[in-house]
Amino acid sequence: MATVTGTISHRRPRQPLGAAVRARLGAIAWGSVAWLAAIIFFFPVFWMVLTSFKPESAAYTSPPKFVFSPTLSQYKQVFDAGMGPFLANSAISTVISVLLVLVLATPAAYALSMRPVEKWRDVLFFFISTKMLPVVAAIVPIYLAVRDVGMLDSIPTLIVLYTAMNLPIAVWMMRSFFLEVPGEILEAARMDGADLRHELSEVVLPVVAPGLAATALICAIFSWNEFFFAVTLTSIRAATMPVFLVGFISSEGLYWAKLAAAATLASVPVLIAGWIAQRQLVRGLSMGAIK
Amino acid sequence: MAGITYEHVSCRYPGSDTLSVEDLSLEIPDGEFMVLVGPSGSGKSTALRLLAGLEQLSEGRIDIDGRDVSGVDARDRDIAMVFQNYALYPNKTVGENIGFALKMQGVDRAERDKRVREVASMLAIEEFLGRKPRQLSGGQRQRVAMGRAIIRRPKAFLMDEPLSNLDAKLRVQTRVQIAELQQRLATTTVYVTHDQGEAMTLGSRVAVLKDGTLQQCAAPRELYENPVNAFVAGFIGLPQMNLIRLPLSDGRVRLSDEDLPLPAAVVRDATQRGAKEVIVGVRPEHVTVGESSSQGVAAEVVLVESLGADSYVHASLAGTDATFVARTEGYDSRQRGSNVRLRVDPQRIYGFDAATEERLGVSEHQVDHDASQPAPASVSR
Repeated sequence: MATVTGTISHRRPRQPLGAAVRARLGAIAWGSVAWLAAIIFFFPVFWMVLTSFKPESAAYTSPPKFVFSPTLSQYKQVFDAGMGPFLANSAISTVISVLLVLVLATPAAYALSMRPVEKWRDVLFFFISTKMLPVVAAIVPIYLAVRDVGMLDSIPTLIVLYTAMNLPIAVWMMRSFFLEVPGEILEAARMDGADLRHELSEVVLPVVAPGLAATALICAIFSWNEFFFAVTLTSIRAATMPVFLVGFISSEGLYWAKLAAAATLASVPVLIAGWIAQRQLVRGLSMGAIK
Repeated sequence: MAGITYEHVSCRYPGSDTLSVEDLSLEIPDGEFMVLVGPSGSGKSTALRLLAGLEQLSEGRIDIDGRDVSGVDARDRDIAMVFQNYALYPNKTVGENIGFALKMQGVDRAERDKRVREVASMLAIEEFLGRKPRQLSGGQRQRVAMGRAIIRRPKAFLMDEPLSNLDAKLRVQTRVQIAELQQRLATTTVYVTHDQGEAMTLGSRVAVLKDGTLQQCAAPRELYENPVNAFVAGFIGLPQMNLIRLPLSDGRVRLSDEDLPLPAAVVRDATQRGAKEVIVGVRPEHVTVGESSSQGVAAEVVLVESLGADSYVHASLAGTDATFVARTEGYDSRQRGSNVRLRVDPQRIYGFDAATEERLGVSEHQVDHDASQPAPASVSR
């Protein structure tokens, strides 16, 4: 290459004053928009929690009350209404269905990503096509089938249905995470003598663990909040938290404060799970975006 | 430690019309450092992956230590590979990465840890044993990848462009370390690179590939001084050989406004083939640059590259579109646009068939080989 002579200036070139001010104002404007969006999304949750601490008389007023004497009486009444069994039913059906989904979706997603069959696109489309049918269109045959096998008002029914409901999403999500595993480390594992079992347990699953956590959390949210199957197919023994919440909407009227307290309590387990898994959730949902 | 043989190996990827590797026959004796070199798409990585068992043979067979491994899975071939991007397990520490193969073999923890420390000491990476790969620099990761291969004491090392992600200085340092390590361990090594400089300095023999076929396999010096065709001549050597297609008339060629005296053997061979054109090749160090008043081919300087000890003068030949590169000593102060005369050493002119690109006038002494080396594999058609 030709010899280069001359001095090189290391000082950053100055921006014109107008450009710097415009950049600052732009940052402030976008920041304000982001805050506004966050407040709009968060406000219903905030209002729900706030209302849960109000006496019933202050729960639904015009104008709405921001200042009031807080009380825990609504929570006491919710507990006294017998929330325990509903909470347990939700927990059991959610945890077991999520575990089943992970056990079934992980090898399916692995096969579709690492060892795809010739018609893998059709297989994937088949999976996701099951989500295109509105649940309400399928509820009659499902109800009849569940009734005929004597499984109405039972937790295993919910477990099976929640598993079936979440499996397509889990397969799609897990497949995308498996696709992010560099092919070379699988080849390296093969050359190091790892068989399929060790390849999965020692190499692949640790890499996709954040994705696994994200998938599990999303499936847990869907199962926990599922209402239609629960209200249609359960009554006393297997009713879940969403069904319990609906109990506060009675012919006597809507008990806003109690409903808010019950909804807040129903949200707590999912919030705790999300808080614990938030790092994995962020990593899992952004996998692939950053190499 | 083991010899490796490729016997008429071909590979076609599913759905592809062309062969990635075509009829490759190559013998690599025990302990040799063989370099596979070629441009992108030449089939060198495919040839390596066939040896590793990561790709399927379409035809032929591959032997390792006298055993046909054509149908044997990669995990059972007892060879270790260093990948271009290192392929370290991201969730394992450096120590776990290095010891992983021993874990798969069922070696107990104490013995595993002992061997990991030995290898880490050899590669000066003991202080990194507790770190994860993402906490290491490129050069450190490369050494961990080497350690992972070494610890297995395999029959052969396979290396797929392991230095391509390092900066220039680190590449040179690591190249030396790899060469020293290979000599110390005396393990058969097959090394793939697109860098002909790396190939020439590392390999005891170098196999040049193009479009999936083996062009020539020989010691670096042999490749440099006796290329079998224009491709090898142009690929080996930096800067590359000056190659120009010229009409042949009455046994003579004309370079710009000057007659160029070709070696008699080249003329004889070209005449026998009825060639109307030849490709003339001259290495930059055999082209002398003189002032415009001196004898030689008229040319105009287009670029001077001063590299310190040497300079390379790029000059456009008068009346042609061709540019020749000439090496001069020290700092060359000629400016772009200056007129010069280029003189070519007539003893150092190569001739190649313009149709087949095969070397013309290859004399008997140039095809003799040292009896202790394996005969070179099939050359280009």
